[in-house]
Amino acid sequence: MILDSKIPEGPLAEKWDKHKFDVKLVNPANKRKYDIIVVGTGLAGASAAATFGELGYNVKAFCFQDSPRRAHSIAAQGGINAAKNYQNDGDSVFRLFYDTIKGGDYRAREANVYRLAQVSVNIIDQCVAQGVPFARDYGGLLANRSFGGAQVSRTFYARGQTGQQLLLGAYSALNRQIAYGKVKMYPRTEMLDLVMVDGKARGIVVRNLITGKIESHSAHAVVLATGGYGNVFFLSTNAMGSNATAAWRAYKKGALFANPCYTQIHPTCIPVSGGYQSKLTLMSESLRNDGRVWVPKTKEIAERLRKGEITVNDIAEADRDYYLERKYPAFGNLVPRDVASRNAKLVCDEGRGVGSSGLAVYLDFADAIKRDGQAAIAAKYGNLFEMYAKITDENPYERPMRIYPAVHYTMGGLWVDYNLMTSIPGLYAAGEANFSDHGANRLGASALMQGLADGYFVLPYTIGDYLAKMPYDKVPVDHPAFLEAEKNVVDINNKLLSINGNRTVDEFHKALGAIMWEYCGMARNAEGLQFAKQEIRKLRDEFWRDVKVVGVNEELNITLEKANRVADFLELGELMVEDALHRNESCGGHFREEYQTPENEALRDDENFAYVAAWEFTGVGNDPVLHKEDLKFENVKLTQRSYK
Amino acid sequence: MDLTLKVWRQKDKNSPGQMVTYPIKGISPDMSFLEMLDVLNEDILLRGEDPIAFDHDCREGICGMCSLFINGRPHGPERGTTTCQLHMRHFKDGETITIEPWRAAAFPVHKDLVVDRSAFDRIQQAGGYVSVNTGGVPDANAIPISKSIADKAFDAATCIQCGACVAACKNASAMLFVSAKVSQLSLLPQGQAERKTRVENMVAQMDIEGFGACTNTGACAAECPVGISLENINMLRREFIAAKATSENL
Repeated sequence: MILDSKIPEGPLAEKWDKHKFDVKLVNPANKRKYDIIVVGTGLAGASAAATFGELGYNVKAFCFQDSPRRAHSIAAQGGINAAKNYQNDGDSVFRLFYDTIKGGDYRAREANVYRLAQVSVNIIDQCVAQGVPFARDYGGLLANRSFGGAQVSRTFYARGQTGQQLLLGAYSALNRQIAYGKVKMYPRTEMLDLVMVDGKARGIVVRNLITGKIESHSAHAVVLATGGYGNVFFLSTNAMGSNATAAWRAYKKGALFANPCYTQIHPTCIPVSGGYQSKLTLMSESLRNDGRVWVPKTKEIAERLRKGEITVNDIAEADRDYYLERKYPAFGNLVPRDVASRNAKLVCDEGRGVGSSGLAVYLDFADAIKRDGQAAIAAKYGNLFEMYAKITDENPYERPMRIYPAVHYTMGGLWVDYNLMTSIPGLYAAGEANFSDHGANRLGASALMQGLADGYFVLPYTIGDYLAKMPYDKVPVDHPAFLEAEKNVVDINNKLLSINGNRTVDEFHKALGAIMWEYCGMARNAEGLQFAKQEIRKLRDEFWRDVKVVGVNEELNITLEKANRVADFLELGELMVEDALHRNESCGGHFREEYQTPENEALRDDENFAYVAAWEFTGVGNDPVLHKEDLKFENVKLTQRSYK
Repeated sequence: MDLTLKVWRQKDKNSPGQMVTYPIKGISPDMSFLEMLDVLNEDILLRGEDPIAFDHDCREGICGMCSLFINGRPHGPERGTTTCQLHMRHFKDGETITIEPWRAAAFPVHKDLVVDRSAFDRIQQAGGYVSVNTGGVPDANAIPISKSIADKAFDAATCIQCGACVAACKNASAMLFVSAKVSQLSLLPQGQAERKTRVENMVAQMDIEGFGACTNTGACAAECPVGISLENINMLRREFIAAKATSENL
């Protein structure tokens, strides 16, 4: 298989415009003859479904939640980047492009990232027109702030709930199309298989989560906007239902999965408090604009603190190590997420961590409160401080927050070309579900931008190019390919229901998460990864022998839902390990202990690893086949990423 | 902590339900309420019984998926908090806790504590949007909005669509929910073109869905986890009367 990224010819700044002119168009009167399925209704899915509907296509949209407005994009706190240069501080499309490529540690495609930066400005216009209430200054114009890894203020925000407000904008556009009858919405419905006819994606098989009914839906193209796979770690900042099943089952039908090992560990989350913990809560990284990160200077002080012999306020200024400001004077507390996370791990490994577990660092607002007053800090971060107080029972205005890194975002995903089409014709992937724009590390406020860019401004053009070449004929859902896929889904469900073992789905999920976090988390090495691979295989065997799933398919069955998702995570985890093991370099969120500079920074190997690793499924338990897409950099110079 | 839980169990929409008692031991005060239910569900599952179905997703108070009527209050005893952000430290050792689904004719029970809130989506579909297509919109800063108006619109826009307002209301009225969206878009310049038809259509849909009338008890705002204010209901009434007085909507 040859991976063709289909990047248009020509100068970087002209590629997208040229491509938009070159793509085929579907006549407005003919658009209604085409059906498009969109799975997932987060920023990418809702914006795509709404825009397809506006253009005149017939759309069916699916989500597992009870309403499309609950997709996990809603939980994004900090903001969305756009190269508007409203602050007159030197921002430009090229600078946003450059920062994103560099932030991703030179493992993303230039052309995709440049396009992302270009359409970022349209996104803000679109959202404002929809009534999204972004923060404003007293003059009535939009406010901006700077965000992790950027030296300009280009981040638009809506208090600490930018994701919710953007999603409500996309949801409202989607609702309008639902009301017009152009989009048919299927909530509480989960995709369990992809259907292919003549080598093309032509539909999906879903399970109605209320009745258990297995149903087929046919279309001319299928878009997966199903988010990331961070829940493979069990504990993450993802919602409880976030899962990889749709993407994974597409992978098993032949879609390549790219860069699965690129996982983002977010530096500012509330630390784990006990074994019952079900998820980790993110504290927006915008907090690092005003909060100062520190730990005690010595192990001895940290120990006394953990034992409760002293409190945080007893530690003298001279005994505090503001390690990010010390090591990275230019960026200070605003270094990119991978750098901030790794450094938190380093100081905790040195025994200088705080909190009862020793797995936490302080994020201190005392100086900001002294400088700006408590009211100003409350206006900026009030809801985050409240959330912290609720969870920890501590007042962050009086004592510093305790934070620790947690799995947050997955840069890897289904391989897509410039048109966002996967290696299966007619199957597209958008938002976090694809791999394309963030390289090995995602900068803050880039995920919302990418989700909306894909849905509002990229897919609506590129999908037309594909559909224009498709016949209008619909594939009936009693076609053998649909019946076979349905049988496959029913067989898996029956198998899960018949095992009646002794261990719960959550037990397996937690065990998998522990392996992944220990050996394929913030730092990895070959020996650990080899071990993890064996452990995951063992665990997967045990799962299929000993899992306990009760009830029947024909009902709302929460255990069966989870079992399907965890069964897929048990396979995906192995692929992540495989990818991490083969990539003998460190880059962005992928840190191999064997490959680091003397200052413990990630050491890339551009000569041998400047490529996208796209994996092809060859059967469960078999080693997948690696396909490489070489990354060419013509507009940026590859340098050692330095934030000093 | 050791607790006694009385939980509403109902097989499906058409079956009658009943309260079932579950004793539970060794609960940490630092657990969230939903983590406590997770622990209980693991026990139930290992006994080979059907775990309790409840809605939840983000577990950080923003997606609006979690519900639960706890000891007679939506989202439990702590004000301004969703169930997923409620922690067991707000309960006493030995306490009996009653857990029911949202109770409203417009929110039928799917199973146990899971209810059907699709009526809310249909109300939004009736007019909770600004009719703009993707592309072809003015530059974002071409629409200046004074900070005080923007902030007010934002306060209304924070509604998470959980349904606690309906559950809290003795009439199961959806006025607070509807008013939040109407206020947000009536305040903003972007919402002016459809200002009248929006409120008429959304209120009409609210009635079709079978929500009750508003009698100004204010229980909705008192129980709202994100603090949507009663002012919005006043605004909805004004908007509705003004729209009807000069209706463009037949």
